[in-house]
Amino acid sequence: MRKTMIESLLRGPLTEPPPPVDAAALEELVQSVNRAARARLGRSLSIRHVDAGSCNGCELELHALSNAFYDLERFGLRFVASPRHADVLTVTGPVTQNMREALLRTYEAMPDPKWVVAIGGCAVDGGIFSGSAAVVGGVKDVLPVDLTIRGCPPNPRQLLAGLLALLQKAS
Amino acid sequence: MTLSHETVNVDGWLEAGDRLAGGSLTLLGLWADPPNVKMAMLDEASGDINIITYACRHGQYPAVGVKHPPAIRLERAIRDLHKLDAIGASDTRPWLKHTAPPYEFLAAEGEALHQIAVGPVHAGIIEPGHFRFTANGEFLVRLEARLGYVHRGIEASMVGVTLDRAAMFAARGSGDSTVAYGLAFALAAETALGIAAPRRAIYLRALMAELERLANHFGDIGAICNDASFSLMHAQCGILRELTLRAAEACFSHRLMMDLIVPGGVARDINEDGVAQLRALLAEVRRVFPHLTELYDNTASLQDRTVTTGSVKPEYARQFGAGGFVGRASGRDFDARRRPGYAPYDALKFDVPVLTAGDVNARVWIRIREVEQSLALVEQILAALPQGDLRIDLPSRGGDGLALAEAFRGDVLVWLRLADDGSVARCHLRDASWFQWPLLETAVEGNIVADFPLCNKSFNCSYAGHDL
Repeated sequence: MRKTMIESLLRGPLTEPPPPVDAAALEELVQSVNRAARARLGRSLSIRHVDAGSCNGCELELHALSNAFYDLERFGLRFVASPRHADVLTVTGPVTQNMREALLRTYEAMPDPKWVVAIGGCAVDGGIFSGSAAVVGGVKDVLPVDLTIRGCPPNPRQLLAGLLALLQKAS
Repeated sequence: MTLSHETVNVDGWLEAGDRLAGGSLTLLGLWADPPNVKMAMLDEASGDINIITYACRHGQYPAVGVKHPPAIRLERAIRDLHKLDAIGASDTRPWLKHTAPPYEFLAAEGEALHQIAVGPVHAGIIEPGHFRFTANGEFLVRLEARLGYVHRGIEASMVGVTLDRAAMFAARGSGDSTVAYGLAFALAAETALGIAAPRRAIYLRALMAELERLANHFGDIGAICNDASFSLMHAQCGILRELTLRAAEACFSHRLMMDLIVPGGVARDINEDGVAQLRALLAEVRRVFPHLTELYDNTASLQDRTVTTGSVKPEYARQFGAGGFVGRASGRDFDARRRPGYAPYDALKFDVPVLTAGDVNARVWIRIREVEQSLALVEQILAALPQGDLRIDLPSRGGDGLALAEAFRGDVLVWLRLADDGSVARCHLRDASWFQWPLLETAVEGNIVADFPLCNKSFNCSYAGHDL
């Protein structure tokens, strides 16, 4: 263990500089996040994630945000275990019939002010699954969406750029 | 390996159920192609696969699950999706379709038992599913999973679309195994059409499959240790996983290599400059991974959590035909790359590690050994990569085909039937998780509640791949 730890210390951090904030995402957020929220939250957001029907590809890349290269928490962004602790709800997947209610309840359990981020092509409008009888549609068909991050799946840099845009508006 | 097809009457269907229950055959899949039901069975001794077809009468067929429990959930799914009833079934609750009235969980009787309900939304960034625990103090006496939350209607969506379009649905069966799903689908389609992909494509497919296996095994090994509160391994394995995904992106322009395996070949060639990054990855893993293995092996506090925790009995692994590290950690020597086997693995050297302890520790060690095998396979593939075409044109004709491909968590089975114009008439995807989820329920019995995340992560079953 000592060897691995010393090597990590000597090597220096792997963490990379942040990507530029997504301009399109910023534009999308202008209307949704106001100054009051900024005062209340400071430069920090707690994120609760719900997979509402994803193939789990998006989840893999969300996980990657916590690795040494992207280190999400340095930006004041962190994933929390309960919706009651969250400011932001990230949602992946087309919303399935079977997940609709659980998604709604998670959203309702979050305190105001709160924002919803739809992540991945399926979450935007159902993607490849739109029209399937087992699927309600995109996240916007169930909840008010403040930001969309496209991609199948979006890679960690795209995810980071989108979430940083949210932080910039919210803080 | 030979693959045989047979149409059976009631007696033939029942006899097959008896042979499954008796253990001379292993259930590979049970699905509907209305008005028929089909069952694929493996003869473990010879490696032969037999597919039997039974024509339902009045939408009914004799239940297999009542004699052979691994079939129960498959029968429940068939009823939900195709309205065909298994007559004589002991469990007639819905499975993939969630409808009112409230779902009745199986009962547990005894003094001082209490229930803990978890999910479908979990604390971490994971897929949705519900776990109903019955505990006596800290000890689990029963776990029952309720799945189906991410049922997207994949199989219904594939009906009537082109093979290329259907391949995109298959690739989203389970995102962590998108390469394996693409591969199994392509192999099934090629079997149905009586064609084979060009040799270069076959080698590139295997390269992607081994990269996918490496990335997932790194992620799993780290995440299992993390669930035992040993975050150093998690951080270090996370680095290896990220480097693997970056090498995949450098080679194939997509981190998860999604939609790159298509019926008839591969959608794109390997980027030449990606190969250097891939070789650098191999060197880095060979340098770092032995230290991490040693660290895992020599950390007593970690071993204390993983050894003898969450044991799967070998007889259950055999009965359920459990694939992947779940089966191989419990003595079931099965790997679809070997048997039924597919190119180019017949020309490559690799071992299939098998252990018998069946605990969390054994499932970690299977992954560690498979990382070593996959590294060697990637090296062999790079050395032997033939020149030539990437894809052949697909003929427009009918047919049906079955294929198995080895994903990191076990065998993915795909069966499909093509209409005369070459479009998909019916396709069935069966993730390895179908036969692993029930074993998780047996593995946690007698363990403490706090060890469930550890057990669960060591299985890492797919929700999406199972829920379809």
